Amino acid sequence: MTVPSDPTQKFAAYAHPSTLVSTEWLAEHHGDAGVVVVESDEDVLLYEVGHIEGSVKIDWHTDLNDKVNRDYIDGAAFAALMSSKGITRDSTVIIYGDKSNWWAAYALWVFTLFGHADVRLLDGGRTKWLAEGREITTIASPVIPSDYPVIPRNDAPIRAFKNDVLAHFGNPLIDVRSEEEYSGARTTMPAYPEEGALRGGHIPTAASVPWARAAATDSTFRTRSELDAIYRTEAGLADGDDVIAYCRIGERSSHTWFVLTHLLGFENVRNYDGSWTEWGNAVAVPIAVGTEPGAAPQR
Amino acid sequence: MSALPDSLTEIREDFLALEQKDRLLLLLEFANELPELPQKFQDHPDLLERVVECQSPVFIFVEVDTAGAFHLHATAPRESPTTRGFASILAQGLDGLTAEQVLAVADDYPQSIGLSEAVSPLRLRGMSAMLGRAKRQLRERLA
Repeated sequence: MTVPSDPTQKFAAYAHPSTLVSTEWLAEHHGDAGVVVVESDEDVLLYEVGHIEGSVKIDWHTDLNDKVNRDYIDGAAFAALMSSKGITRDSTVIIYGDKSNWWAAYALWVFTLFGHADVRLLDGGRTKWLAEGREITTIASPVIPSDYPVIPRNDAPIRAFKNDVLAHFGNPLIDVRSEEEYSGARTTMPAYPEEGALRGGHIPTAASVPWARAAATDSTFRTRSELDAIYRTEAGLADGDDVIAYCRIGERSSHTWFVLTHLLGFENVRNYDGSWTEWGNAVAVPIAVGTEPGAAPQR
Repeated sequence: MSALPDSLTEIREDFLALEQKDRLLLLLEFANELPELPQKFQDHPDLLERVVECQSPVFIFVEVDTAGAFHLHATAPRESPTTRGFASILAQGLDGLTAEQVLAVADDYPQSIGLSEAVSPLRLRGMSAMLGRAKRQLRERLA
């Protein structure tokens, strides 16, 4: 029982075309057997304002993060979450969200930590769905709890920790934050509450490629050739590279992880979710400031 | 500890009386109740201060009227209901108080209304930032 891929021409040029669906395709297939549509937004209330009929909500703060440890939920909690959303191990999960799928990509990355096989993004996300005047509803979707097995989370292939980054120098790093955050110009503002990094700047050698460059103005992903120009030509990534992407807490870099892995076909991409809120507070790690990547530290 | 104004106490009690899921819906009600900016401020975007700690674009402006009553005006996009809800709680809870009363509101009021679990502590920081900036603007206005 496999839900067919969206044959949209644009997707055919991507490395894994089946990881995206178009709004047209979803409008036709959101009620199909085996399909579960998930909304995942930055704003925790947006789903309540209106969502695609039949979709369920997964919130990154309250559902995907462990409430005590700074970590993701474990296999048992993920299984319970999936069950409560009516998702089985065989479900085709289609995630959409606000802000060019920024949080949807984050949720997809977490699904991948648990090896959920068929998980796709709606190209253009919530913004495009609404811009096209497609229907949403405020009626909560009825869910029949499912059986979902307890699968141990497998971090190693796609998740980097601080020590992995320290051992990574010499390989490409991508900083997907804004240019001001990269240079270190933005961290403190006198007399204002501060978000929490003691130092500004970036991890030495990291290339600056703000995540949103991968999104077009209608929130869809840029075409294969546009993405190749950004990440291969400009940022210098090459086939076979071992890449780590990071941002502030690992959400924006999930979007870039998706682009590099599923749209451009890089096979060794990890997301450093500790990101700047860890690195910018860690003791004795190297930091570069200014607009240049900076040199790898001597070891 | 100074006494919390009645308006803010009532809001807190309303939230705490509800189950977690219903607290979100009450926050949505607040979001829907956030009034449009008065015309005089709509024509003066320069007066509005952006709350950069909130991920969505929210702008606030505080006013003390001729009778000495405080008003908080805020604007945030429809697609940011959580931020609108936070702004609306503060706008309603602080409206009509004296400057002294506003400055005496505990800085951790946002953490006390039972939304940490439903919304997450990180998001609640946006509301704390809004309160902090409102108080700072007010102090500047009084100086």
